[in-house]
Amino acid sequence: MSDASLGPRRGAAPNPLLANWRQYIIYIGFIVIFLVFAATLSDKGFLNPNNLLNIVRQTAMIAVMAIAMTFVLAAGEIDLSVGAVAGLTTVTVAMAIAVAGPLAGILAGVATGLAVGMFNGWLTTRIGIPSFLTTLAMMGIAKGVAMWISDTAAVPILSPTYSWLFGGGNLGPVPVLLVWTAVLAGIGHVVLRRTGFGRRVLATGGGETAARYSGIDTRSIKFRVLVISSMAAALAGMLYAGRLQSGRFQLGEGDELSVIAAAVLGGTSLFGGMGTVIGTIVGALMIGLINNGLILMGLDFSQQLIARGGIIILAVALSQKKS
Amino acid sequence: MTDLAYGTKSGPVSNVAAAPAAVRMTGISKSFGGVRALDGVDFEVLPGEVHALLGGNGAGKSTILKVLNGVHKPDAGTVEVGGRVLSAHTPEESRAAGIAMNYQEMSLIPTLTVAQNIFLTREAKTGQGLIDDKEAERRAALLFDMLEVQVNPRTLVSDLGAGQKQLTEIAKAISQDARVLILDEPSTALAVSDVERLFVFLRKFKAQGRSVVYVSHRMDEIARIADRATILRDGRHVITAPLSELPIETMIEHIVGKRSKGLSDVSRSDVSRGEVLLELRGVTGRQKPDNLSLAVHRGEVVGLAGLLGSGRSATARVIAGVEPAVAGEIRVKGQPVTLRKPGDAIVAGVALVPEDRARQGVIGAHTVASNLTLGIIDRLSRGGLEDRGKLREAADAQIARLSIKAASRDHAVSTLSGGNQQKVVIGKWLALDPDVLVLDEPTAGIDIGSKSEIIRLVRDLAAQGKAIVFISSELSELLVACDRIVVMADGRAHFDRPRAAFDDPSVLEHDTAHRLQAAERKLQVAIQEALTAGQEESRV
Repeated sequence: MSDASLGPRRGAAPNPLLANWRQYIIYIGFIVIFLVFAATLSDKGFLNPNNLLNIVRQTAMIAVMAIAMTFVLAAGEIDLSVGAVAGLTTVTVAMAIAVAGPLAGILAGVATGLAVGMFNGWLTTRIGIPSFLTTLAMMGIAKGVAMWISDTAAVPILSPTYSWLFGGGNLGPVPVLLVWTAVLAGIGHVVLRRTGFGRRVLATGGGETAARYSGIDTRSIKFRVLVISSMAAALAGMLYAGRLQSGRFQLGEGDELSVIAAAVLGGTSLFGGMGTVIGTIVGALMIGLINNGLILMGLDFSQQLIARGGIIILAVALSQKKS
Repeated sequence: MTDLAYGTKSGPVSNVAAAPAAVRMTGISKSFGGVRALDGVDFEVLPGEVHALLGGNGAGKSTILKVLNGVHKPDAGTVEVGGRVLSAHTPEESRAAGIAMNYQEMSLIPTLTVAQNIFLTREAKTGQGLIDDKEAERRAALLFDMLEVQVNPRTLVSDLGAGQKQLTEIAKAISQDARVLILDEPSTALAVSDVERLFVFLRKFKAQGRSVVYVSHRMDEIARIADRATILRDGRHVITAPLSELPIETMIEHIVGKRSKGLSDVSRSDVSRGEVLLELRGVTGRQKPDNLSLAVHRGEVVGLAGLLGSGRSATARVIAGVEPAVAGEIRVKGQPVTLRKPGDAIVAGVALVPEDRARQGVIGAHTVASNLTLGIIDRLSRGGLEDRGKLREAADAQIARLSIKAASRDHAVSTLSGGNQQKVVIGKWLALDPDVLVLDEPTAGIDIGSKSEIIRLVRDLAAQGKAIVFISSELSELLVACDRIVVMADGRAHFDRPRAAFDDPSVLEHDTAHRLQAAERKLQVAIQEALTAGQEESRV
């Protein structure tokens, strides 16, 4: 690395890690919650490797969608349709596999994501409807289509290859879902931090006028992040379908809120211009961790909802910059 | 001034008469909605010249520049850069043709660092094709070294002051290695010394056969840096001529459209001066000011002069309760006050018209009336509901008092000219009826006609019994507006002199323009002296 010689410049500021502790609150919070659960729930199997891998499996779909949501939020937009698009994709994939096999299923999944994403992007950037409304409407449309074409019934998937590749399988001790998440997180991180596209996304959300004046085609950037988001939602749907070996319109229902919460917990700004994929992944894992821990504690569903909401509010409140 | 050797006033113009123009715009027209912003304008820039583009607000300067750099498509006319006709009219095309421009702080992304902003869309890449921010920071540091100014490339733009943002904008334009550099109001937020450094750079730049289009409201700067000037008025071309044929009087005449003296001095007398309304005793802020003492009387305008970072704005913020004073005492109407937040200052009778009009001063999308009454909305309510009639009355009173030119009180503030927006900000604070009014760069970026009006307004307010603190980087403005001028450097007050002290007795009494110039030179010297004194003090 030729830039290693420039390293010493960084040391100049007085301990930036301590000065900006709020930036790292998500990581601190993650570790604290983990330790608390480890201490109080060890007799209930919290630290059992299977339980920990289960957290990863349960979080994978949220994480995949949240990586893309980081781009959408960083560009100053939002995508509320991801959960419903994931559900729709489980149905299109399952139906295509039933008719023409796993490869057709994969193509159907990709096509679903692409079609929805381009429609969202077109409505938002060409017609000029705010993405909040575009994707809110799309949420209903996707769910309706999924219910309609499946007749509200579950469509079974009878392809072991597909189920192994998208969700059920393991590579040695490593669940395939973990591989999907890790690979996409790596790509997402590098693209956002270190490529021209990622920089343009951050610039578009940080100041749209300024970005346009700097020669950035902000409409194209917004179009692309919305397509990426729907593609990620479609992939999450494919993972749901593989893991549960069926397509059902209810899969992914309500995920959009967990996805947005994961990104925001990870330090992504709802107002655009700021976001990190690593933070988002930790945010997603934290939500999975909390869900898992609360279940092990024996809280009933209503109590889980309240506790989860409280923890999220606390984490975001602590991460706010003092003005 | 050895730099004057780079190209005399007439030199570059005659040298390159045969060469193709760097920029040739012919018959450019552009309308927005029904409003014609440009009407068949011709604009030509030669290689190796600094070409000033002048005009009042709404003359069409920004529009023609935006056509040149591809932000706007012209309705009619052709744009040639270096002999090649532009056809697509996109920012990419203009950039490829060698046009670079700074925007008045509008092209900076607050959430990115200085270096990331400078190289936005032109990022330095590693061998693997990934963005190399460290390389960008190194290159940005080189740019600032070349300009001989100090800006940290790793700072977030949102954490920069106005002057540093301006320098970042300029560095961004320069970094593009352009053949034509457009500088739109580059000096509005810059200190005198930074403007000097910019001029040194520009002279080197044009000596390489490259061109500069320089837009400024500051005639003194134009006179010093430009070779030729083009003046626009109401979307039409008025004149293009070498600066030697355009004395400042003539320029202003062409800009305004009728003979005008620009800023003219006012007569002032100590008689109107009343008791002390605002007093600072050894006030020290978090960083600045540093042990500052100051007294402002009823009916008096006190100016704060100094360079960028001298602590003028910090002083304003401390007086207005935006930043806390860590030591010293602030008295308003003789009573010691503790100002922890702006609300405390407002209760005490102090109002601040902030530096950054667009962000801190007005809500652009809201109407003139709602902006004007924002601070007194509680007083205009009845049973928790706003009293529309009273609100209209209060708004109309301010519009009349400040002669704000708006199509109606119900038009959005963003549709007003810069000068009138500033009047809305002032009006908003006047509605609270403060005793002390602090104005931080109230005339930044507005045309000379509106400037005179704002200054007249400031004098009127003083005559009505307000105590006014007036901050400006334009010395002629300070000299015209103020009764007393405090020169600051490094957070300290170095000189505190009555306005008359800057008069040169050898200049004839009735020769206003010359008197003002002479006074400006004296003030300029005082600022430089304060700077040296400040440096020596900090060395001790």
